[in-house]
Amino acid sequence: MLGIAATHKTWLRRWRLSLTAIAGLLLASFAALAAAGYPALTGRVVDGANILSAIEKADLEGKLTALEDKSGIQLVVATVASLGGQEIEPFANDLFRQWKLGETRQNNGVLLLVAPNEHRVRIEVGYGLEGTLTDATSKIIIANAVAPRFKTGDFNAGVGRGVDDIITVLTTDSAEWQKRPEMRAPEKNSNWAALAPFLFVLIFIFLNMRYGARGSFAGNVIMMSAGMSRGGFGGGGFSGGGFSGGGGFSGGGGSSGGGGASGGW
Amino acid sequence: MQKYFSSLRAVTFAALASLSLSACGYNNIPTKEEAAKAQWAEVQNQYERRSDLVPNLVATVQGFAKQEKDVLIGVTEARAKATAIHLDANDLTDPAKVKQLQEAQGALSGALGRLLAVSENYPDLKSNQNFLALQSQLEGTENRIAVARKDYIGAVQSYNTELRTFPGVLWASSFFRANKPMAEFTAEADAQAAPKVKF
Repeated sequence: MLGIAATHKTWLRRWRLSLTAIAGLLLASFAALAAAGYPALTGRVVDGANILSAIEKADLEGKLTALEDKSGIQLVVATVASLGGQEIEPFANDLFRQWKLGETRQNNGVLLLVAPNEHRVRIEVGYGLEGTLTDATSKIIIANAVAPRFKTGDFNAGVGRGVDDIITVLTTDSAEWQKRPEMRAPEKNSNWAALAPFLFVLIFIFLNMRYGARGSFAGNVIMMSAGMSRGGFGGGGFSGGGFSGGGGFSGGGGSSGGGGASGGW
Repeated sequence: MQKYFSSLRAVTFAALASLSLSACGYNNIPTKEEAAKAQWAEVQNQYERRSDLVPNLVATVQGFAKQEKDVLIGVTEARAKATAIHLDANDLTDPAKVKQLQEAQGALSGALGRLLAVSENYPDLKSNQNFLALQSQLEGTENRIAVARKDYIGAVQSYNTELRTFPGVLWASSFFRANKPMAEFTAEADAQAAPKVKF
């Protein structure tokens, strides 16, 4: 009786484990595929197309850091050598979501994306700032501050002026930026929530060992649930590892729903 | 003493059962269904936002281009048809209804595209501040619709996959018999015909 239960248990567990492993491999390779083509978030200015001077980059970094310190808003400037055949709108949205700009609950990120070879520029605005940096305002910034300078080939001045205008718009509405969002804190409960099933299983097994139940139905159920909750936990492991990575700067978990505006020159 | 432990064990067993059920994916179907419905609400929201912009846009264009009656009437009618179809979250499992809505919204996209195309012929209109603002809002809304539709399709795919794959299929065929797969948007001609507003 006990022997049958034991083989059943190991078989079930092996099966679950291999399923989990296969699913994990598939997901990992899919994530790698999806990530291809998008630059890594190496700082507040990611100059993939090499159109900005070192002085301008340092200047921008300073302004963008000051903005985040003051208001919690993450504004990132990115230039890309190629959009990979996509329109700039879906590219900017995917990149924004991959970088998770802004904080999770506030979604207060902004991305200024320049594709010099396609002659396209876009301001992608996170959900939380759509009311401040509206589509119309973004369009005006692109049309008046950015595009005319790009047309003369002066990318440094165009980006610099565009960033200045975006910051002005974002910080003029003082009510918006004076209520500083609490700085990102790691979620305290997450570890305990993940451990809870294990604790229950441990307690239950302990009680069972001490107070009887020889190979009963209850015993089988424990074994099954032990195997299964392990499978479920393993499955959850690889989804979250996105944004704690190095470099000192990372997105805060924000998202965008396609707000903002694009333009060309 | 013995009694105390048996009741303790009953409680622990109940807690354990609920935990193991959730670990086995019992919650996945309802969770994913709600996620897909929430995404649908976002799509609907953006469609409504677009149709709210239309009367203003029509009024502005009318001030400069009265002779473009056909185009203006076309937009107004397409808007009326599109707003007449309201899809409840529970209608999402009905492919015919989803298709109907998609066609009506596609027709509105086409009519708006024509309106913006003819507005190119009126320099005064093109430089009108009000028109420019409306145009950028329309452009932004079209983009939000595209994003919301993409997110909805993703959520529906995840939900439908859960219904058909292990272990979801076990729950789908036992506890959630009433849950039907949801209809996705199909990429059809109207997706390409959406107005491209570029200056």
